[in-house]
Amino acid sequence: MKSENSNGQVLTSKDFSTDQDVRWCPGCGDYSILKQVQSIMPELGRDKEDIVFISGIGCSSRFPYYMETYGMHSIHGRATAIASGLKASRPDLSVWVITGDGDALSIGGNHLIHMLRRNFDLNVLLFNNEIYGLTKGQYSPTSPEGKVTKSTPIGSIDHPFNPLKLCMGADATFVARTMDRDPKHQREVLLRGSKHVGTSMIEIYQNCNVFNDGAFEVYTDKSSKADETIILEDGQPLVFGAEANKGIRLNGSQPEVVSLNDFSKEDLWIHNEQDKFKAQLLTSFFDDPQVEGHLPRPFGIFYVEERYRYEEAMAEQLEFAKGQKGEGDLDKLLRGSNVWEVKS
Amino acid sequence: MAKIVEEKKEVTIVFAGDSGDGIQLTGTQFTNTNALFGNDVSTFPNFPAEIRAPQGTLAGVSGFQLQFGSVEVATPGDVCDVLVAMNAAAFKVNLSRLKKSGTVIVNTDGFNARNLKLAEYESNPLEDGTLNDYRTIAIDVSKMTRMALVDSGLGKKEVDRSRNMFVLGFLYYMYNRDLAATEKFIREKFKKSPELIDANLRVLKAGYNFADTSETFTSRYNVRAAQLDKGEYRNIMGNQATALGLIAASKMAKRDLFYGSYPITPASDILHELAKHKNFGVKTFQAEDEIAAICTVIGASFGGQMGVTASSGPGIALKGEAIGLGVMLELPMVIINVQRGGPSTGLPTKTEQSDLLQAVYGRNGEAPMPVISASSPSDCFDTIFEACKIAIEHMTPVFFLSDGYIANGSEPWKFPKAKDLPAIKSIEWDQKEEYQPYLRNLDLVRSWVTPGTKGGEHRIGGLEKADITGDVSYDPDNHERMVGLRREKIERIAEHLPLQKVENGAQEGELLMLSWGSTYGVVKTAVKEAHAMGMQVGHVHLRHIYPFPRNLKEILGDFKKVIIPEMNQGQLLKLIRSEFLVDAKGLNKVKGIPFTAAEILETIKKEVEKNEV
Repeated sequence: MKSENSNGQVLTSKDFSTDQDVRWCPGCGDYSILKQVQSIMPELGRDKEDIVFISGIGCSSRFPYYMETYGMHSIHGRATAIASGLKASRPDLSVWVITGDGDALSIGGNHLIHMLRRNFDLNVLLFNNEIYGLTKGQYSPTSPEGKVTKSTPIGSIDHPFNPLKLCMGADATFVARTMDRDPKHQREVLLRGSKHVGTSMIEIYQNCNVFNDGAFEVYTDKSSKADETIILEDGQPLVFGAEANKGIRLNGSQPEVVSLNDFSKEDLWIHNEQDKFKAQLLTSFFDDPQVEGHLPRPFGIFYVEERYRYEEAMAEQLEFAKGQKGEGDLDKLLRGSNVWEVKS
Repeated sequence: MAKIVEEKKEVTIVFAGDSGDGIQLTGTQFTNTNALFGNDVSTFPNFPAEIRAPQGTLAGVSGFQLQFGSVEVATPGDVCDVLVAMNAAAFKVNLSRLKKSGTVIVNTDGFNARNLKLAEYESNPLEDGTLNDYRTIAIDVSKMTRMALVDSGLGKKEVDRSRNMFVLGFLYYMYNRDLAATEKFIREKFKKSPELIDANLRVLKAGYNFADTSETFTSRYNVRAAQLDKGEYRNIMGNQATALGLIAASKMAKRDLFYGSYPITPASDILHELAKHKNFGVKTFQAEDEIAAICTVIGASFGGQMGVTASSGPGIALKGEAIGLGVMLELPMVIINVQRGGPSTGLPTKTEQSDLLQAVYGRNGEAPMPVISASSPSDCFDTIFEACKIAIEHMTPVFFLSDGYIANGSEPWKFPKAKDLPAIKSIEWDQKEEYQPYLRNLDLVRSWVTPGTKGGEHRIGGLEKADITGDVSYDPDNHERMVGLRREKIERIAEHLPLQKVENGAQEGELLMLSWGSTYGVVKTAVKEAHAMGMQVGHVHLRHIYPFPRNLKEILGDFKKVIIPEMNQGQLLKLIRSEFLVDAKGLNKVKGIPFTAAEILETIKKEVEKNEV
């Protein structure tokens, strides 16, 4: 559904593409994300000039050059902080942050968690490819243990971040995961995120076909996808499997995979986007798919919460101060309260 | 008994005590009363880095020095006429500042066996002849205060807390000053507890009356009002003036002020002051770290607001990369560095001028940006205002340098009227042709088009940009052209700056004292004195360090010798020598404390004598 902007125009995704050549490697997952983002832009119902894309450094951070909106390709790890300043000072804008696993979780980890707790009304697209692509193939903070890369010839000994669990820990108010290879799902999640009032944190599994090809294949390939993923739907039981014959049941506080031959759907975990405790458990579904008895990886919207936005509270404080002291009078301020006069 | 009134031109007093003794408050009150009376004043608070160092120790001594006079007072004074010491440690730390035959006012209760031990005294200096060369007024301030409040119903702790008022009352009598301003202050400060108002007023008066009736003095002192320029004045501290200057500039630029910063000594008071003035539309943002602080400012500036951040040396180091982004984006913003002793954590509560080269050069790549510096507490207002004006009118980040000495010091300020402040005008896009982000005007300044402007959609970033269009460009010739344009843009700012003046002393001749920042007062005082003694010495004080004023070369040529006094190892010296090939010499002090005028004067004398030989 397309929405009209302030002039009653209906924009199309083409209105959001620029004259710049897109310079990602052929076959990069970023293309699919760019396409989906451009396609949902008309549905924001906003004018192009009111939309801003801010990125840090990394392959994904070239993104703003390809969006016919305002944009800034900033410095490594700081897109979240720059977007925070922009949104705090200009609450009227629709602000989008484009970042990656290195940008958001390594060099920019601090700004990410502080942005989330402040809950600015903006959208964060975290392109997670579990590798450093722009610097040609070093392991990232989301690379699995044992990952062999240029900087870890014997395998990585870093324990990886679980990005969404980190976001839950920082009290994010919208937490979701999608993947480059499922445009339809991506589009749904992006649309929901764009409508969320508060920081929408969307992790996108993105394939780097040059330095980390197939990192998420088990979740995206037709042969394994159904058994390895769970698509979250609010109010629906957690059912998965090629024949939709498996489910997740909570046994006390322990999630377990059960067969629908033994249990009915009513026995299963029913997804509730607003349940903070269950969302924390759900973001903990982070098992290595090679390990026997692992839980499937969830995709979709894990958690949604309504909470006041920083920029809103800031504006309220300014109004409060004006109400209390009156609109600032510069002469009165410069004068202060203890003045003496020199006559000569 | 009627007393003789003795006239004094200027008096320097040091108040010293435990950091919990209310020394800063006492000093500030005494300053305000003298300023309201019409004296010229200059102050220098000197407090320990620890919030509450152990009581009675040398590490815990807090001091407040002020000079007030009937003549122009440009410094807080080299040596003091009066030392007020609330305990043995405060006495020990500050005695060297007292001039021979000066007056010591001591609280004898602060010299008991325990205090002496904490101050590492073998014998009691009040009794062992240490004070033979001084005039000593020994009072058991604690006892007198307790007596004055014997029926107040207050606990011992609260009673003792008002001891500083006794000393203040005593000094008000000594210098013939009215109690009214402090009485008003007490009524406001304690308006929620009438018993504390009553107690403090009683102790203040008790001190005053004790001085009157105790036959302590044969004479009182009178320091007449100074012959300041006609007009209205208030007292102001440097950080406060900086905050007010930012608000004024935001009003004149018609852009809301966005102030992103992370707490750091000695810059935090700017944040505190600004946070009080939200009714001016001031947005203060306490960021999670120094990097976030400058980055939120970049975001706000991209959004069209007046973005400002502040820190001190260590924090500025963290901001370096983002400041470089600001240079590349060519967006207006102001970066304040309230300098302190370095390197690393250094001396957080002490003053230094050692971040000048960091400001001029401290970024990767060729990243020129204007650097300007304030010379005194009240000058912070004009200088920060100018920093904002340059930033907006020339689309560039600007460095504003202050230091701990200026930031916490205070002086009378002939405050301006809003209507007399200059306008600040940003460069607009005429909307006649397609928007080109890096199209420049004659000053090489690009226009400031912000989100929400229809048809102005554009992308900027830290990658090198093609001239005019702003598209990413790796073209070698374009890169060289853009590096040149960014440099030339900053250098052309000099054409808009006023010509440099020789501040005082000789307009040409033997010796030029070239200073910047907070050394202004001492250099001015020393040069005036030397000039009055017949020496051909002049004083130039720089506000603009990059770019330099366009006639500076000429002025340097008018003097045979140039000396540059700095609280560092010679940073302006390096800039001047490399820019003008002048054989300037440094006069350097890196002790965390300012120069005295006497130190500067001594150097001038030696240098001039050398010339005569």
